[in-house]
Amino acid sequence: MDEQERAREAMAGMKFDPKLFVETIAPHSHNGLIGTQYVDHGDDWIELAFDYDETLVGDPETGILASGPIVSLCDMASGASIWLKAKRFAPAVTIDLRVDYLRPANVGARVTARMTCYRTTRSVAFVRGGAHDGDPDKPIAQVAGTFMFIKADE
Amino acid sequence: MTLVLPPYAKALGIEAEIDDAGRLILSMDYGQHVMGRPGFLHGGAIAGLLEIAAIASVRQRLSEDDSPQIKPITVTTDFMRGGRDRRTYSTGVISRLGKRLANVESFAWQEDEERPIAAARMNLLLARS
Repeated sequence: MDEQERAREAMAGMKFDPKLFVETIAPHSHNGLIGTQYVDHGDDWIELAFDYDETLVGDPETGILASGPIVSLCDMASGASIWLKAKRFAPAVTIDLRVDYLRPANVGARVTARMTCYRTTRSVAFVRGGAHDGDPDKPIAQVAGTFMFIKADE
Repeated sequence: MTLVLPPYAKALGIEAEIDDAGRLILSMDYGQHVMGRPGFLHGGAIAGLLEIAAIASVRQRLSEDDSPQIKPITVTTDFMRGGRDRRTYSTGVISRLGKRLANVESFAWQEDEERPIAAARMNLLLARS
């Protein structure tokens, strides 16, 4: 294989397929604990979801989900939205993530997060979005975050 | 003190102990269930640990006959260093504990508490029926 072929193959490998990414890589990580599922995506956004599970509960008396899994889902969706916007897999780390919890998710309900990467610079990506438990017009959380691109070996 | 951690804390593998200074310290071992990219903690797992530490610190401060529902309203998490494949610790520092609202900062670290890997600022609503 000559150098050009190798380069082409490497570039093909860098193309970001969100559905494949979520369904093959994600289960072998924290996303597996949450039960992250792919829902849909566009040029700069992605929707991911997880089903209600008793292991994800924050308040055993009410059965209400912990906020942690919702942050995890939004964090994961943020990364994917950035790679969609950038049109390639570009390693990025979270600088900060702000979550407003508008109301608790209904007990037993599936949680869906939709994150959009609305701006990237050479170093930084900006994301926004939120989560709902069935009706996108009645969100459970509002999210904003910033990420920094890193070299693969950092 | 009896502190009951929520099911999600157990799913993350979080354990609680009191240090010599009387602070409640949570710890979380590394494993696939908290991994993001290989060799590193998932940001969501770190945020989860910080949130649980913040809420647990408020529970610890409240008297035993006072157990309001604690509802997170806002959380802002700063990620300062990559979380590596080792044990992570976290504790909450209460800035203000009011009747209805608690303002808490929590920190997460690995080898050195002076070098946090992440911090979160949480505003918690205390709901008493």
